[in-house]
Amino acid sequence: MEYMDLGHISLLIGFLLILVGFWGVLTQKNIIKIIVGFTILNTGINILMVSLGYVKGKTAPIIDNAVAQTGNHDVSASVVDPVPQALVLTAIVIGFGVTALMLAYAMKLYKAKKTLEINKFNDLKW
Amino acid sequence: MLRNILIALVILVMGYMFYNTYSNYETRTELAGISQHFAAQGADEVGAANLVTAIVVTYRGFDTLGEVTILFLTASIIAFFLKLKDDDFEGKIDHRETSELLVTASQILIPIIFLFGIYVFMNGHLTPGGGFQGGAIIATGVALMILANPNVKINYHVIHWVESVSGVSFVIIGILGIVLAGGFLDNKIFGEDSLGEFGTLFSAGAIPIIYSFVGLKVGAEISNILNKYQKSQKEA
Repeated sequence: MEYMDLGHISLLIGFLLILVGFWGVLTQKNIIKIIVGFTILNTGINILMVSLGYVKGKTAPIIDNAVAQTGNHDVSASVVDPVPQALVLTAIVIGFGVTALMLAYAMKLYKAKKTLEINKFNDLKW
Repeated sequence: MLRNILIALVILVMGYMFYNTYSNYETRTELAGISQHFAAQGADEVGAANLVTAIVVTYRGFDTLGEVTILFLTASIIAFFLKLKDDDFEGKIDHRETSELLVTASQILIPIIFLFGIYVFMNGHLTPGGGFQGGAIIATGVALMILANPNVKINYHVIHWVESVSGVSFVIIGILGIVLAGGFLDNKIFGEDSLGEFGTLFSAGAIPIIYSFVGLKVGAEISNILNKYQKSQKEA
């Protein structure tokens, strides 16, 4: 297909990973599998954000001799958008923190009932 | 049954919305706005070869400080939540015997992993890498250590000290930016014209120093979280 450049491919992968992760969160019964679903969702969103910063045919925003530059290291004509990449760096760290917290909760829940099946935790259900 | 239909409906609606976005998306052909400025002036203003690092540490340095705080908060909440007592430090983890392969390989690999992590965060302004990545690599070494011997004693006093000192140093360098340069976390603390030769290790002003402290702090922080997980497995 003509329009399948890198931007479209990574956008598609991002959307697919988001759907897979969302499906996992909604359907799985095991708490660890739900956490895995969340991390897949997280990865999908990160790929999506990076792909939105892609500029056709341009290279990574790291300046060395291989990157075409004008004047005093002006690379605005030859690199992709660095801002979404910096944002994703933040998002990855937040994602790590959330995952670590979820795993701690999972450990605590397992200690309480000796099971990881989410259906067994029905104390607040009426 | 109703549940499954609802889930399928939600996924389908999301997929439809994504499909519309996807089919109308056109890849950009040039930079715009603030990105244009960063790409054109970033190397000149900040002196870092890696523009992402220039944005993370200098243009949006305050945000990075918040990010480090969030990691610290995560470690604190986990410590509070797992309710570790002093006698948890004495217990033993009852585990299967670890394989010879893992133990021998970890002895060779752990120093190399630590070295690689330090390389990654010291060269964060030149290569794809930086404090968070380097810190995560260092923590991988600690994770390998725990896997090879689940009862290994990690000196958590050292971890706490490294964490606190590097966190405070990060803020102090930020404040030095107010005194010596243009503002909080400005990287020109060694003077306006002494950013160093572009593309060398000692360039970009305060960025390598700040990113090294961030790397140490993140490495210590994640090791701390791993250590808490390890201790919570011990039976008193």
